[in-house]
Amino acid sequence: MSGPATRRSGPPGTPEAPPAGRDGPPAACSAPGVAVRVIPCLDVDAGRVVKGVNFQGLRDAGDPVELARGYDAQGADELAFLDVTASSQGRATMLDVLARTADQVFIPLTAGGGVRGVGDVDALLRAGADKVALNTAAIARPELLAEVADRFGAQCVVVSVDARRVRPEDAGRAACPSGFEVTTHGGRRGTGVDAVAWAARAAGLGAGEILLNSMDADGTKAGYDLPLIRAVRAAVRVPVIASGGAGGPGDFAAAVRAGADAVLAASLFHFGELRIADVKEALRAAGLPVRLTGEGGS
Amino acid sequence: MTRAAPKVVVLDYGSGNLRSALRAVQRAGADAVVTSDRGPALRADGLVVPGVGAFAACASALRAAGGDEVIARRLAAGAPVLGICVGMQVLFAEGRERGARARGCRVWPGVVDRLNAPVLPHMGWNTVRPPAGSRLFAGIGPGERFYFVHSYAVRSWERAGRPAGAVGAGAAPLLTWAIHGEPFVAAVEDGPACATQFHPEKSGDAGAALLANWLELIR
Repeated sequence: MSGPATRRSGPPGTPEAPPAGRDGPPAACSAPGVAVRVIPCLDVDAGRVVKGVNFQGLRDAGDPVELARGYDAQGADELAFLDVTASSQGRATMLDVLARTADQVFIPLTAGGGVRGVGDVDALLRAGADKVALNTAAIARPELLAEVADRFGAQCVVVSVDARRVRPEDAGRAACPSGFEVTTHGGRRGTGVDAVAWAARAAGLGAGEILLNSMDADGTKAGYDLPLIRAVRAAVRVPVIASGGAGGPGDFAAAVRAGADAVLAASLFHFGELRIADVKEALRAAGLPVRLTGEGGS
Repeated sequence: MTRAAPKVVVLDYGSGNLRSALRAVQRAGADAVVTSDRGPALRADGLVVPGVGAFAACASALRAAGGDEVIARRLAAGAPVLGICVGMQVLFAEGRERGARARGCRVWPGVVDRLNAPVLPHMGWNTVRPPAGSRLFAGIGPGERFYFVHSYAVRSWERAGRPAGAVGAGAAPLLTWAIHGEPFVAAVEDGPACATQFHPEKSGDAGAALLANWLELIR
């Protein structure tokens, strides 16, 4: 702190009583504090949105830009685009999808999939992404996270952690005290790296957010992996996005209570099983802060 | 008869999501371009100063591009400037990051420092508390949320000690506060100098309404 206290002033009211205490937003506006973000994820392959069960058996879900516009209108708080082909052609397609979406949709956009270096991050940010998710390349070379954070700021660095429980047959190979292991190749390949320790290290290196994918829960619709969320929440101070396993409206508040700051789902939204507004209503009913918009609100 | 769209320059000094800022002010009704050229930046009806990342990096990039001088000349002439996120922070006197101090543009006194909050960055949609008489937030409901992503903020406002020649000296700036862990300044309206810690260009319809209000101010 600098300067004599008499020259400084806090917000209206006493410093002890924050502004919300005086006449906070109407009760209908939801609880105070930063809203739980509801994030539809668009897995993009060859210019189409696809989504499979356990990352396999891809199924067509539509045009990414159209879906993005629809989710924005429904009240999505952020959109995630994942290039599941991760080929050079896939990257070019992703840049085009991002640019066309960013021209029409004025909410934060996160892009990921096959991001190998600072150049890829730069291209995605220039195309209109606000944040870039790094996964395999960061596992191979963790310093990449620091390089990207130094150049573009930690606020745009998301580390995507594909975690699964250590399988009994791998227990000897994988020294994972948390019981969760980082995987690559869509959950098919274990790395022997402890997923919770990796999340903490990634945050220390400069990741501003953890996108936590449970490969065990993904596609099951049995709910988010709450023990995984709790373990990572306890290990990092950066925001955590819960991903994988959402099946019904009640699953989202459970993930938040376990420590998630944001909730992500894909096929549930793409195939119309649940609307963004349903998720927000469930969160609001659970007493959690949400952003209500015209179509999704009231 | 329609009025001419206000001309806006989004200042390109190598920081910020320029494309989104450009599209958002265009959507709000501006005739906008992204440029690093001083001429158009000085002449435009409004100048948007974006910025993301670290304070020190943004402040030095802004100086390297001559942006600090453009801002100072505009404000001295009463020409509107809108700082966004770190583009707001660099308008203050000083930024502190990991013990290091960096000099800002000194439009306003005060220090940009790390927020005390359990989860950082402050990332997501939060409510704000505009003061009575705010023109930036005119017509925007009290429950509306804006998108923030930052770990540092102005946590107290220094009333006295405005640098000599500072704009709006004498008139009290209008401050909008928000809370994440602790209260911080979410927006400033001070004559021609306006700024938001949140990203109006990423704040959906609420952000579009705020940008439209700013365009009304600069006509």
